[in-house]
Amino acid sequence: MDLSVLLASVLAASPPILFAVLGETVTEKAGVINLSLDGSLLLTAMAAFIVALETGSVVAGFVAGMIIGAFAALIIAFLSLTLHRPQVATGFVLTLVCRDLAYVLGNSYSHVPGPQVPHTPIPWLGTIPVVGPILFNQNLIVYLSLVTIVAAWAYVYKTQPGLKLQGLGERPAAAFVRGVQVTVMRYVYTVVGGALVGLGGASFSLMVKPGWARPYGIEGTGWIALAIVIFGGWKPIRGAMGAYFFVALQTAVNILQSALPNVPTQLFATLPFPLMILTLLLVTIGNAEWMGQALDRLPEDTRRIVVGALKTLKTSPPAALGAPFKKE
Amino acid sequence: MGFRTTPLLLRIVAVAGALLLSGAALLLIGASPVDAFGLILSGAFGSPSRLAYVITAWVPVLLCSAGLLVTFAAGLWNIGIEGQVVMGAVFATGAIQALQNTLPPASVLLLAALAGLLGGALWGVFVGTLRFYGNVSEIFGGLGLNFIAGSLTVYLVLGPWKRPGIGSTSGTQPFPPSLWLPAFKGFHVSPVEILLGLGAIAAIAVILRGTRFGLQLKAVGKNQRSAFLMGIPIERRMLLAFGLCGGLAGLAGWVLIVGTSARHNLFPLISSGYGFLAILVVLLADLNALWSVPISFFFAAIAMGSLQLPLQRQLDSSLGGVIQGMLVLFVLITQGLQSRFIRQERR
Repeated sequence: MDLSVLLASVLAASPPILFAVLGETVTEKAGVINLSLDGSLLLTAMAAFIVALETGSVVAGFVAGMIIGAFAALIIAFLSLTLHRPQVATGFVLTLVCRDLAYVLGNSYSHVPGPQVPHTPIPWLGTIPVVGPILFNQNLIVYLSLVTIVAAWAYVYKTQPGLKLQGLGERPAAAFVRGVQVTVMRYVYTVVGGALVGLGGASFSLMVKPGWARPYGIEGTGWIALAIVIFGGWKPIRGAMGAYFFVALQTAVNILQSALPNVPTQLFATLPFPLMILTLLLVTIGNAEWMGQALDRLPEDTRRIVVGALKTLKTSPPAALGAPFKKE
Repeated sequence: MGFRTTPLLLRIVAVAGALLLSGAALLLIGASPVDAFGLILSGAFGSPSRLAYVITAWVPVLLCSAGLLVTFAAGLWNIGIEGQVVMGAVFATGAIQALQNTLPPASVLLLAALAGLLGGALWGVFVGTLRFYGNVSEIFGGLGLNFIAGSLTVYLVLGPWKRPGIGSTSGTQPFPPSLWLPAFKGFHVSPVEILLGLGAIAAIAVILRGTRFGLQLKAVGKNQRSAFLMGIPIERRMLLAFGLCGGLAGLAGWVLIVGTSARHNLFPLISSGYGFLAILVVLLADLNALWSVPISFFFAAIAMGSLQLPLQRQLDSSLGGVIQGMLVLFVLITQGLQSRFIRQERR
């Protein structure tokens, strides 16, 4: 298969997981874990499809997905920031509720054909050799996803509010002393992150896998996205690279699948999960105590290479991630 | 606390809120909430045979809840419990297939139970190992292992353990009735199952409340640093907690293949979400063993009752899950409101 076609298809399939990763990165940068991703992706995908179908407007579908994603995040924010309930418990329960709600509400829309995002190549840029067909022969959502990566990176690292955002997750007490309204801003970033997740869900049902069904076939993707946030070290660009890497592997698996027709398809669908565990292992094992001791026993030059590799891969969460903030 | 009426009142508010919102979801799709809730009730309690189904669905939830009481006491989120149920069923099936032609049925069942226990425990310790020696959060490790266990069953059912002639996802060749748990005459429930489920909860309650291991585990869950200073071997205790929880989940897997409501074979998705259901149960019970008993019964009833929804109306059976999840969410909200606002006012 032509490599540029392959890359273009990876890019076209990536917006859902990309938006989810970017949204969760923003939320977690502010110190809040929204563990409901798996359910809210399903719920927003379902809602976006139904709204787009009923109104005949794809845009309305995307707006609906974003509103519902933001609302799910608002529940997380209220329970964890205002009521001080544990974020993991809240997120886990919410993910189950959102999933089941999606199946109940979407039931009569299963396997119904509906609208999808139109293909919109950019006139001049699309004719550039190599890059043109990959980057500019796509649709608006793909362009938007590329812009969002850059925007998220620039916002977090190059602007004043972005620096404050980092402070929210790293040292909320210090941010508070400097006049940042910690709880209010955490609400804002949780809701913004949720809206991005909703955008991701909508891009599933209106673009990557148009329609709705039970099971929809993206169950589990939210957990993968949460793992990619860790792999990405809570950095927008590294997270985005993780998302692309994941979609590329999925594409490779699809090709492999057609090459090996005798292997049950369900097995291929599971491949991402051992991979998720392995990558998490790679980025976290450097922190383990026994690893340091084991490395000490290696010959010096091997040790240096391994330590260097582990250090590059290693990521650490924002220091105050998941911890409630109290003014006292 | 003294204000004993407040929690009760808030609990009622929580139940009402969950029912109202689930009802609102039904109205949104043009279904009648009263009709749907009525169907769930009659689906669970409408006849002795349906009640028997509820009771046999209750047992795996009880076993998983018992296990989760242990991991939650240690402050661990064993989301991998679904996979542990599945591995219990896989190991038990393997044991039955290997032994059924050589040993008497009772010994086969017993050895299969032990195999299930072992399978679940191994899968649980796997999650623990990833957590303690690989620093991989038990949430992601467990979740990944759930999916892996699921696809292992698919592989077994379609591959090495497929039915003679037809390999389909409907499952392996069913076991002969001699390998089904004995049931009461006329009421399709096995005393073995009920004793196992209730016994597990009782045993765990005793272990957590009255033994050195239980107290150490709670100390680890409450404050790891001071537990460490007290000289408690934290990692070993937590691995043991994962093993114990996994073992009980594995027994649930055994019940799911030999129990009275079972299909008596191994099939994909055999865990039926009972592990996750038990997480909701234990959260709702506030990690209390005694409360887990009625709550898990009630949740099993909702789960079984809502299976009638797709059969009798054009509704998805996930409505039961919506009610259960909403209930936990509302209890979290009311608990939060209570501790944040009501208690503060009284100070």
